[in-house]
Amino acid sequence: MSTLHTVNKSPFDRPSLQTCLRLAGKGNAVLLFEDGVYGAMQGTAVADTVKEALGNVSIYVLGPDLKARGVGEDKLIDGIKVVDYKGFVDLTVENDKVNAWL
Amino acid sequence: MKFGIQVNEGPYTHEASVSALNFVKAALDAGHEIFRVFFYHDGVNNGTRLTTPPQDDINIVQSWSELAEKHNIDLVVCVAAAQRRGIVDEGEQERNGKDANNIAPGFRISGLGQLIEAGIQCDRLVVFGD
Repeated sequence: MSTLHTVNKSPFDRPSLQTCLRLAGKGNAVLLFEDGVYGAMQGTAVADTVKEALGNVSIYVLGPDLKARGVGEDKLIDGIKVVDYKGFVDLTVENDKVNAWL
Repeated sequence: MKFGIQVNEGPYTHEASVSALNFVKAALDAGHEIFRVFFYHDGVNNGTRLTTPPQDDINIVQSWSELAEKHNIDLVVCVAAAQRRGIVDEGEQERNGKDANNIAPGFRISGLGQLIEAGIQCDRLVVFGD
């Protein structure tokens, strides 16, 4: 049984991304949106943690929220996939459960 | 697939309400059903028709009302959270002896049971909040 985890806050605002990555089961999906998209950037204080987690979970980031913040896709950690809102909906369908890390 | 949506934040505090709106629109476009949107905690502030944002701002309350009318979506405001924050419909106005009501078109006030029911009836429950 697979779970989609959604993280909507910056990892520099609160520890929801780090907690999510620590507890998400193998093969689960994680979607970063709103300020959560900052967790997908290269070279940040959490980038190594995120890179390491990519061996355990699939990580996605919401394109419109990246664009709203001026974060180019070339700034993303390799292996993180960009999705639009339709992709967000598809992720909730493909996974059996959705857990929001609020 | 049948979706339930929970919104925990007001229309102009964080992004939750706009994210939820975008998600609902995308789900409808993909042919899914939105069984109910449940507004909880500060999310009840999405349900007042007295909201008057500047003209160049997105009118989030109106967007919910229009979406509900177009797609026949059940927009439910939590009664206990609404009472605390002054969101009132005709029934609540009468019951609590208030001099006015402010519920926006398409919204209704009901209890937490509606959220539980959405959790049972829907294939997915997606939560947006702070």
